[in-house]
Amino acid sequence: MDMLLLLFTFVLAIFLGVELISKVPSQLHTPLMSGSNAISGITIVGALIAAGATDNNTLGTVLGVLAVICATINVVGGYLVTNRMLGMFKTKGEGK
Amino acid sequence: MQQLIAIAYIASAVLFIYGLKMLSRADTAVRGNMVSALGMLVAVVATLCLQGMHYHWIILGVVIGSAIGAIAAVRVPMTSMPEFVALFNGTGGAASLLVGWAEFNANHGAYADEGTSLISVIATYLAILIGGVTFTGSCIAYAKLAGRITTKPVLFSGQQIANGAILLGALVFGVLFCINPDASLAEISLYAGIAISLVLGVLVTIPIGGADMPVVISLLNSYSGLAACAAGFVIGNTVLIVSGSLVGASGIILTNIMCKAMNRSLANVLFSGFGSAEGATGGGGGEQGEAKAITAEDAYYVLEAASSVVFVPGYGMAVAQAQHVVRELGELLEENGAEVKYAVHPVAGRMPGHMNVLLAEANVPYEQLVEMDDINPVIETVDVAIVIGANDVVNPAARDDPDSAIAGMPIINVDHARSCFVLKRSMRSGFAGVENPLFFKENTRMLFGDAKASITALVNEFKGA
Repeated sequence: MDMLLLLFTFVLAIFLGVELISKVPSQLHTPLMSGSNAISGITIVGALIAAGATDNNTLGTVLGVLAVICATINVVGGYLVTNRMLGMFKTKGEGK
Repeated sequence: MQQLIAIAYIASAVLFIYGLKMLSRADTAVRGNMVSALGMLVAVVATLCLQGMHYHWIILGVVIGSAIGAIAAVRVPMTSMPEFVALFNGTGGAASLLVGWAEFNANHGAYADEGTSLISVIATYLAILIGGVTFTGSCIAYAKLAGRITTKPVLFSGQQIANGAILLGALVFGVLFCINPDASLAEISLYAGIAISLVLGVLVTIPIGGADMPVVISLLNSYSGLAACAAGFVIGNTVLIVSGSLVGASGIILTNIMCKAMNRSLANVLFSGFGSAEGATGGGGGEQGEAKAITAEDAYYVLEAASSVVFVPGYGMAVAQAQHVVRELGELLEENGAEVKYAVHPVAGRMPGHMNVLLAEANVPYEQLVEMDDINPVIETVDVAIVIGANDVVNPAARDDPDSAIAGMPIINVDHARSCFVLKRSMRSGFAGVENPLFFKENTRMLFGDAKASITALVNEFKGA
């Protein structure tokens, strides 16, 4: 793909991100952080491609599998922890 | 099929955007997290549909990673949340590093033939560099937060020079790498780059003290997004670029909020070794009178007559694990007819929103949590402000003493409340090493001892009455 188009996408996405979450109540700082942390696990897409390549040498396979492991920890752990945290926030409204 | 996969990636990016937006609002946060998880699932499934994928290694990696991630996420106690968020963040950085390395390994010697663009080559190096810094930086942050290593800033002479030299090295090897990625020199440069990034991550994190951790965690969070973004340029994938930038931006915003809450610049947090000056009184003069202690019994009589009470928690509450008894005391006070609120300073604790998470764990109702800017205008009407293990965030010197090391940091004005109880183990100064004139004020009473024990004593007084 045209690299300049990718750069263009990158710049637009940064601006979008800043606009999207400029005001966050402090109650949500931790969930937002761990939730966006889970999103950064999107690098799993690159890891899957690396681990699934057919013409890998040994080093390539090892790196790919390690990358998949790390990215999956990030994704699974990140989403579950965020969900657990937010679950606590929810119950207190009901406790009232 | 290719087009279908591309459309799935677009859908996934849209889900991330919606998810993140919903995550920043209280009433939609839970669904926001799920929407974003759905986006992740779509991206993963779409990737698995790519042609010519071999699944056996993928399955192995996914099974191991999911097991570790799930077990850790379910087992970790809420009080250990800061360090685990740091750790998860680190694995994301490591993944980006490995992706960059794997791509180099697959393309080495064929870059010129494939006509790979320079941007992609630069991105490979950046994915490795930022990923490595994120990984070791997060590991150090984890170790500091978990108390495995000292939380004091670690400084040595020539630290700035060492950092500068390493940064220069990263730049030189980067240029060597990018000039001709097919040469064997590129391979050496890559390994040097990996080593440098790992060392750099350690060096930039160790000089930062415990109470500045909220800034560091948010910043590392941002880095992990940018690393994923760089990996996106490496494999030419838009969904990585879009979601990586979103995370990068959100991390920067949080970092900014944290810095503002301390009235310090990011550069000051990162490089000053703040809090290392042991015993520096930071002006104001040491002798400010005598702190007046109070017993739990006397404190009970005051609280019993109070019609409005505000708790101001700090890191000390987390250390003492006092959040549950605090909530119990809050409920007893409410039954007694008092209005109870919990005032949370943005940088109280060791990560953004740390106190909110702890109080939520103890089932403190959402409505009773108030932010600094909302409590300060009405603090004069509060009968009793109870400070639990917080120090710098309630230090009036930040407001009144322009020479103080923390001058200008916004604080919760507990000294303006009708009376103020400070729960503290000793008279030691807080993280910033600054004397706290609050302790010597006319309307301040010190309740010495472990926060949990002190609150429990108060609870018992109420129950005994």
